[in-house]
Amino acid sequence: MTRGFDRALAEGDVLRRRASFLQRIHIDGWLLFLLLLLGAVGLFVLYSAGGKNQVLLVKQASSFGVGLLVMVVVAQFEPRFMASWSALMYLVGVALLVAVDVMGHNAMGATRWINIPGVVRFQPAELMKIFVPMTLAWYLARHNLPPTFKRIVISGLLIVVPFVLIARQPDLGTGLLVLVSGVFVLFLGGLRWRWILGAIAAVAPIAVGMWMFVMHQYQKQRVLTFLNPESDPLGSGWNIIQSKAAIGSGGVYGKGWLLGTQSHLDFLPESHTDFIIAVLGEEFGLVGICLLLLVYLLLIARAMVITLQAQTVFGKLLAGSITLTFFIYVFVNVGMVSGLLPVVGVPLPFISYGGTSLVTLLSGFGILMAIHTHRKWIAQS
Amino acid sequence: MPPPIRLKDHEVDARLIRGRLLFGGLVIITLTMLLMSRMYYLQVVQFEQHSTLAENNRIHIQSLPPTRGTIYDRNGVVIADNRASFSLTLTRERAGDWETVLDSIIELFELDADSRVLFEKRIRQGRRPFEPVPVMFELTEEQIARIAVNQFRLPGVEVAASLVRYYPQKEHFAHSVGYVGRINEEELKKLDPVSYSGTHHIGKTGIERFYENELHGEVGYEEVETNARGRVLRVLKRVEPVSGQDIYLSLDIALQEAAEQALNGRRGAIVALDPDTGDVLAMVSQPSFDPNLFVTGISFKAYGALRDSLDQPLFNRVLRGLYPPGSTIKPMVAIAGLDSGVITPSTRVFDPGFYQLPNNQHRYRNWNRYGDGWVDLDLALSRSNDTYFYDLAHKLGIDRLHDYMERFGFGQRVSLDMFEETAGLMPSRDWKRNRYRQPWYPGETLILGIGQGYMQATPLQLAQATALMASKGKWIRPHLARSIGGLQPVDDNTPPDIVLRDHQAWDSVQLGMEHVLHGARGTARKVGDAAQYRIAGKSGTAQVVAIKQGERYDRNKIQERHRDHALFVAYAPAAKPKIAVAVMVENGESGSGVAAPVAKQVLDAWLLDKDGQLKSQYRSADNVLPAGDKR
Repeated sequence: MTRGFDRALAEGDVLRRRASFLQRIHIDGWLLFLLLLLGAVGLFVLYSAGGKNQVLLVKQASSFGVGLLVMVVVAQFEPRFMASWSALMYLVGVALLVAVDVMGHNAMGATRWINIPGVVRFQPAELMKIFVPMTLAWYLARHNLPPTFKRIVISGLLIVVPFVLIARQPDLGTGLLVLVSGVFVLFLGGLRWRWILGAIAAVAPIAVGMWMFVMHQYQKQRVLTFLNPESDPLGSGWNIIQSKAAIGSGGVYGKGWLLGTQSHLDFLPESHTDFIIAVLGEEFGLVGICLLLLVYLLLIARAMVITLQAQTVFGKLLAGSITLTFFIYVFVNVGMVSGLLPVVGVPLPFISYGGTSLVTLLSGFGILMAIHTHRKWIAQS
Repeated sequence: MPPPIRLKDHEVDARLIRGRLLFGGLVIITLTMLLMSRMYYLQVVQFEQHSTLAENNRIHIQSLPPTRGTIYDRNGVVIADNRASFSLTLTRERAGDWETVLDSIIELFELDADSRVLFEKRIRQGRRPFEPVPVMFELTEEQIARIAVNQFRLPGVEVAASLVRYYPQKEHFAHSVGYVGRINEEELKKLDPVSYSGTHHIGKTGIERFYENELHGEVGYEEVETNARGRVLRVLKRVEPVSGQDIYLSLDIALQEAAEQALNGRRGAIVALDPDTGDVLAMVSQPSFDPNLFVTGISFKAYGALRDSLDQPLFNRVLRGLYPPGSTIKPMVAIAGLDSGVITPSTRVFDPGFYQLPNNQHRYRNWNRYGDGWVDLDLALSRSNDTYFYDLAHKLGIDRLHDYMERFGFGQRVSLDMFEETAGLMPSRDWKRNRYRQPWYPGETLILGIGQGYMQATPLQLAQATALMASKGKWIRPHLARSIGGLQPVDDNTPPDIVLRDHQAWDSVQLGMEHVLHGARGTARKVGDAAQYRIAGKSGTAQVVAIKQGERYDRNKIQERHRDHALFVAYAPAAKPKIAVAVMVENGESGSGVAAPVAKQVLDAWLLDKDGQLKSQYRSADNVLPAGDKR
């Protein structure tokens, strides 16, 4: 009896120590578990989507490792420390964007990279995905919410400047994500509903005006293709037709791992990057996709809990914006591949091949962990 | 009472954010449901439809390449056309192990390993799944028969009829119309993959390249139902391609041939322009090559032979050949002198056979070592007196000289639609500072006055400058295409016309140019004597190797390919110019002796009828020249 009792105690002791280790290095166990799960699923799908290419797999796995490392490092920072440096980081980020604009290196026909050979090579636009919401959260948290009109205008400028610079590169997809991450801070900060509705109402006439006076023929063509992919079966419509066929032919349970015909016969373009969910849909069916979406929802739910438990307004705004933006990634990518949204280059978080987006996403979660684990407790009598 | 000071209230802020976040959570759940129902729609409701499409690949989209536009000369003679040709295509997905099939093909036609490398490269370039990739072109009847007999061991192999470019005039227009060739990987990256999805060739040089968009047309497609082995069962939907636009050139095939004959086998370049319209009437760069070789892919060996030939048949001398223009620019220098007021037509210079700058021992020599005595503008032009132009260039200075030459088109691309054209070089102070980090020396201005030194011009630039002399400064950029799909080309960037302070200056210089051929001491009077009409012209010599101070040009000591290039520019009839030509005979040595007769032959071919008389439409009182008349 006593022996068994001792053992039970000892086990509980081990568990407590493990938890305290994670706490000590400022890591949130729930988030870590879900992120590792997604990473594993991603590698699993990528093996099939990349045509059993092991080099690709090793590259992606090491990017994930690097991302986790960055996440752990970011989690060590005090949120107050982040807030105090955010304005400077924002300015540096904008300066880098301007530098890219002026003399950036030309990669893939678009200028997006800062490249110091042998030292570092990165896209300043990726940095702005973090710095824009951070700066706005800092700015809005300094005063009472909801923000006054003047503060909203200044916030708008803080969002629009990097957006325009990124969109000019041209990288409209990333630009819109930066825009959205900033707008979410404003939304959480209590931007008045009539403003939000007004902005939505203004979009329609602006869109019509753009269509009639601003847009080029090829841009109109892209929109028309989105509305009716069959009208351009040789061009961009091809991607959508093929990805829909891949997903649709998967049925409820899918064709099985490594057995997707669409992707393995090269019908599916970009199958290991932006269109990877089509591979998942083909091989694992409706069940696979719903399970993946569920994991995403769990991750988002945990992030929301962190947001609600955050102690400072800055922490709440930043964590909330990161959470909502993360969902936008998922929604835009899945919506695009399944033909709900036009084709914009947004990768599926943690599943699509590509190191840059992994590192950016994981550092975002590092911030969430920092906000959660650096909370201060005041002894209450 | 002052308004109450609002303190930061964390409780209120937190409640606000919590409300917004929960709203966001609701939206997230709603949108996730939307995604899931979309997937349900695709994977359950539309399952049948999508799985048929994916499983069988029953329905194929085949692109229908457009027919490339035809190119005609100004009279409607076909220069570039399409003709049916049979090629062997391979569809990777249907071939099973396509490398084995490739081996069978090599074995069947007894080809060497080089061809296999080439074929493999072509197959790997294939773009879309189930797209047949052409591997062998221009199949003969016998080859087609062999394929038919061996079809059983060649899965995925088909004989496809397609249209390929054909140049019936062979080498005559290789340097102006250019040629098409197979799309290479670099071009593939830049092209619109949709509109070129069925096209395997693209304009590489000349008009074919410049007007690629217009000539290419728009792609069509058809949706076809195929059986498991890829045979087309029926066409479900068809959108016709739109053919490319036809181009009518300003070139005249008869004049082109006459100009080539005038060169009589020598290496050289000839450009003939209509000074009124800017039409390029003839454009000769000899030797030339057969553009048909490049259409289906030239063999390494044949290409090597062309590329390494000492005669450089691939080199476009008209557009890319850079030569010191020599004395041919003296008329333009004279215009600069008259218009800027440093000389008048009656200004005289004494020529002892050389020119010296003050305080400088260097002697700048006239070509006539004994000197021409007192020389005025008219004599300076007709005798091509170097001393006079050294003096004139010195008075003008480099800045003014550069500006005027630039207005005549030197140092810039002058054509409207010639892809390969180079800008040449018209030096200036700035240019020399940037290029050599040195100041401009006065001596360099002197030799520029006789078209030597740093200056480099293409034969096309010489022809255009001459056309400007003929039209008294009216700028129209020379162009090869007269109409594209029935529309005239639009030039929205024409350089400004050359307007002189005194219009009479044109007449003085034009008269001087006439006296080159029709004056008593004109350098080309022998050619002028034989002419039926009055010609205005100017000879020139382009040095190939530099001659040292005090040394004389001795043709016997110089290798044939190091001899001077002979230049001649002319327009005629002198009173109402209808054609301007520039002639460059490589290593021809004498502008007036070798290049001038060639120029006259070209003028004759355009202006005379078959009886050897001036064509009636060009005849007017001041044009006809009574036999033996000399001024």
